[in-house]
Amino acid sequence: MSLDSKTPPGPLAEKWTRYRGTMNLVAPNNKRRIDIIVVGTGLAGASAAATLGELGYNVKCFTFHDSPRRAHSIAAQGGINAAKNYANDGDSVYRLFYDTIKGGDYRSRESNVYRLAEVSRNIIDQAVAQGVPFARDYGGLLDNRSFGGVQVSRTFYARGQTGQQLLLGAYQALSRQIALGTVEMYNRHEMLDLVLVDGKARGIIARNLVTGKLERFAAHCVVLGTGGYSNVFYLSTNAMMCNVTAAWRAVRRGAYMANPCFTQIHPTCIPQSGDYQSKLTLMSESLRNDGRVWVPKKKEDAKAIREGQKTGRDIAEEDRDYFLERRYPAFGNLVPRDVASRASKTACDEGLGVAPTGLAVFLDFTAAIERYGKSKAHSMGMHDPSPEKIRELGEAVISEKYGNLFEMYEKITGENPYKMPMKIYPAVHYTMGGLWVDYNLETNIPGLFATGECNFSDHGANRLGASALMQGLADGYFVLPYTIGQFLSNEIRTPKFSPDAKEFVEAENQTRERLEGMINIKGSQSVESFHRRLGKIMWEYCGMARNADGLQKARKMIRELREEFYKDVFIPGSTEEYNPELEKAQRVADFLEMGELMVLDALNRNESCGGHFREEYQSEEGEAQRNDADYAFVSAWEYKGWEAEPVLHKEELVFENIELKTRSYK
Amino acid sequence: MKLTLKIWRQKSLKEKGRFETYKVEANPHMSFLEMLDVLNEELIAKKEEPVVFEHDCREGICGTCSMVINGEPHGPMGGTTACQLHMRHFKDGETIVIEPFRASAFPVMKDLAVDRSALDRIIQAGGYISVSTGAAQDANAVPIDKDTAGHSFDAAACIGCGACVAACPNASAMLFVSAKVSHLALLPQGKVEAKRRAQAMVKQMDLEGFGMCSNITACEAECPKGISVENIARLNREYLSSALGSETVA
Amino acid sequence: MSWFSDFLTSSIGRKVVMSLTGLFLILFLLVHLAGNLQLLPFLAHDPAGDPGKAFNLYSKFMTSNPLIKTVSYLLYASILIHAIQGWLLWSKNRKARGNQGYAVKVNKVVGTNSFAASNMGWLGTIIFIFLAIHMYQFWLQMKLGHLPMAYYDGVEVKNLYSIVAEAYESLGYVIFYVVSMVVIAYHLNHGFQSAFQTLGINHHKYTPFIKWVGKAYSILVPLGFAIIPIYMYFFM
Repeated sequence: MSLDSKTPPGPLAEKWTRYRGTMNLVAPNNKRRIDIIVVGTGLAGASAAATLGELGYNVKCFTFHDSPRRAHSIAAQGGINAAKNYANDGDSVYRLFYDTIKGGDYRSRESNVYRLAEVSRNIIDQAVAQGVPFARDYGGLLDNRSFGGVQVSRTFYARGQTGQQLLLGAYQALSRQIALGTVEMYNRHEMLDLVLVDGKARGIIARNLVTGKLERFAAHCVVLGTGGYSNVFYLSTNAMMCNVTAAWRAVRRGAYMANPCFTQIHPTCIPQSGDYQSKLTLMSESLRNDGRVWVPKKKEDAKAIREGQKTGRDIAEEDRDYFLERRYPAFGNLVPRDVASRASKTACDEGLGVAPTGLAVFLDFTAAIERYGKSKAHSMGMHDPSPEKIRELGEAVISEKYGNLFEMYEKITGENPYKMPMKIYPAVHYTMGGLWVDYNLETNIPGLFATGECNFSDHGANRLGASALMQGLADGYFVLPYTIGQFLSNEIRTPKFSPDAKEFVEAENQTRERLEGMINIKGSQSVESFHRRLGKIMWEYCGMARNADGLQKARKMIRELREEFYKDVFIPGSTEEYNPELEKAQRVADFLEMGELMVLDALNRNESCGGHFREEYQSEEGEAQRNDADYAFVSAWEYKGWEAEPVLHKEELVFENIELKTRSYK
Repeated sequence: MKLTLKIWRQKSLKEKGRFETYKVEANPHMSFLEMLDVLNEELIAKKEEPVVFEHDCREGICGTCSMVINGEPHGPMGGTTACQLHMRHFKDGETIVIEPFRASAFPVMKDLAVDRSALDRIIQAGGYISVSTGAAQDANAVPIDKDTAGHSFDAAACIGCGACVAACPNASAMLFVSAKVSHLALLPQGKVEAKRRAQAMVKQMDLEGFGMCSNITACEAECPKGISVENIARLNREYLSSALGSETVA
Repeated sequence: MSWFSDFLTSSIGRKVVMSLTGLFLILFLLVHLAGNLQLLPFLAHDPAGDPGKAFNLYSKFMTSNPLIKTVSYLLYASILIHAIQGWLLWSKNRKARGNQGYAVKVNKVVGTNSFAASNMGWLGTIIFIFLAIHMYQFWLQMKLGHLPMAYYDGVEVKNLYSIVAEAYESLGYVIFYVVSMVVIAYHLNHGFQSAFQTLGINHHKYTPFIKWVGKAYSILVPLGFAIIPIYMYFFM
């Protein structure tokens, strides 16, 4: 079965405007009669809930956090892209569209990406009006910087806390609607199932995390903004509670999961320090604007550094290999994330890693400190500054730009990054895959919508830096509130649904049985231990580089692990109380299913593209080899049951406006 | 490193709590929460109930983690959340006392987890700019002085963790409220409804049962984001000028 | 007037009342000290050799000038309001803090005296007790008591000096007085700058100056008061 993307007709640049102008509307008096459930309060969820509330719908909004403000969008550091061309460097909607499609290695839908680029400009306007304190220059206008993988400065930022500020903007907009009564907020409620009535999404089963009780909620449609599934790898830069459960429960009810193997490995994270580690911390990609990535040229130097006999400082300039600058002279340290990550992995695989684990490369600011120091001294009228003075001035400039990141690095590692080069290593960061959605952001289940990282739509096989915030907010503020009308305009005669209908009671009972089944296993191993083991399998066989043998092995291992989980997991406490271990258990149970699907998808995709690198498909220089003839499609997987093989549905990607090229950053 | 932990255990909101003592072996490179993870894994292995503590991003930005370590919210390191605190700052053999944030407005739900929804309700009372989606003008239409934008950002950096309330001998939420009032009042976009906002937020703050500020400044000393009490002075100014200076009688 | 009572009963309104009454009392202390210093013979020398003349004349002026009399009612009101409001704040804040205290107590603060800042209630209570004794002993006697009379240039003046001098002959009283001054010093140390902060006066350029003045004031004024009984006890 081929999937209908419902892309509207017309020239690319006019599709969205035309569509928006002709799509069905819901009259204000009818909006009041329509209920919408929004799950998740990150950028996508909070902005959608707030905007739908503003429009007059009755919104019920859910988060498993104690407050909507805690969602993990808050941790995004670097910035948000927008085709404003304030920097006058040749940016345009088309260029942002082009960069995003190319950055995504030609595995995303043209129409969606163009729309994203178009509305990116409105997001900045909206955020500024909400009081987001973006960086400004002395004239009082907004400042921009460039970000990995592009050659224009289109990234708006708020120090290293752009995600936090944008999320607070959305949270405040949501809070306003809560106060006005258009949005009813349910904190500490986790969605555990999707309820379908006559094949349409009409509600959810949520667990009240404080009392442990299951509660039923009905509405005319359901919107998921529940984020990505990076935590399937256990160690990732995601927050501890990020999970796939809401999306996976939808998959179990028939929604298709698209491109699950497209996961992004971010090149600049703080390397793992030990087995006890619970998560990895990202250092913003913006650091690559000024930092130079290198490893020693000689293995013996690398070995000496690993053993603590030498430091990065002791390696002479000519003995350093600035491998990104060497391999990719056009983009240098600013190559896209997948390319940079893989290059670091290659260097470490060759035995040139610089951390005791062998898994780290240097990110060095010496040159930038010197450059900034000299220019600062010049602007201060110093003609012959001493090297110490230059360093001091340069460090001050660096501190102004990245102070909070440097501080965070020092807190975690105990090393001063102004004096010693930073050590970094790639880590799982974002998942491009997600629920399959059409142009309206509607999944194949009518009435079920997915926004933000939860859907698959805009980033193809690799996301560009500063584009996640853009997509989450584009979906929530400017796309879904319009497109949801296409579904809801046919529902104005549908009376409100009762959460006591048999479909709801049934779903609640199934959820209860599932939870009680898990807690009654009373085995001997902790949930955490299973999660760690799953993460290791995923990282080893389905991480930065994959091959068919490994993936087959991984699939078997995951299945065995899953069986072991259901035989031997131990969950303390009971279901009817505040029980974080139970919450974790049910999330890990879903990861154990999702992980297998990722492996299967990776196995099925016999090409290397973006974040998906199959070792069998690489050039002699080790660059990824895409196969456009056979794999220019979205793989959307239909779940068929515990033991059955999932069924693959393909959405062929049609590129009418862009020529597919080999992605080169050389 | 070997540590002795004295941790507040409380089954639920209604039940009484008490301190329990645990021994744990930690690595100096661990974060404080990873040390608690180790303890919890050991408790689970013994089929005992693990210690409930709230946490999420573990990179110091979400504001979820909330515990008082040796008498200080988020522990002894300045400008650091509990999740970013590392064990290298403790001594081998040390006894560490871990308590929940305490304030009447933050009831303990279980062990170290407290209910901070009062802070959400204060934001709902007026901690926003009333602009609906789509109504905004071009982002560069109103220039904002770089320094002013910077001060606004300093206040906006608040992560809403509630450490200020936990640290304040009066359990006052003035630093939290003043940070939001300052963040928005400093920007031209937020200035428009600054008076109404200050009134509404302070009213809600009082309703929630937080204490009154007596300028002790423990809040700033313990704030993981270094939010300054200058914001409290600004809130006082905003409140005074709106209570006494605005024409609205209500 | 509901908006005004709303303001006065809001948390910030209550603090503003504390701040304004506090500042008025701070100002009064200076006036009071100026008068008291006339107890010291080297500051108010009488060629005729009467050590109490300057002080007694000053007391007479303070109790008879109509303007000062008016201001004095403001002063009594300020003391009462400051005390009652302070007590209300204290009890409300204790309620906000809750019954369960911290097992480990740490007082970390920024730019103020942590002991003073977190004990304003206790310090204020001690000061209130001191004031009660102090006013009974001198103020009430001046108003209602049967004081010996002194005559200066044919004018009859109550000889307040005599009972002051008598009180300062007791070592116990001098110690009580000096200790009370230390308590006032702490109360002022926090209260002075806190009053400005409550009124919203906090500025990068001027606040350091306010804090400096506050510190100097909180040391010098109580010191000035304390020197008098010490000097009189040992040297007169």
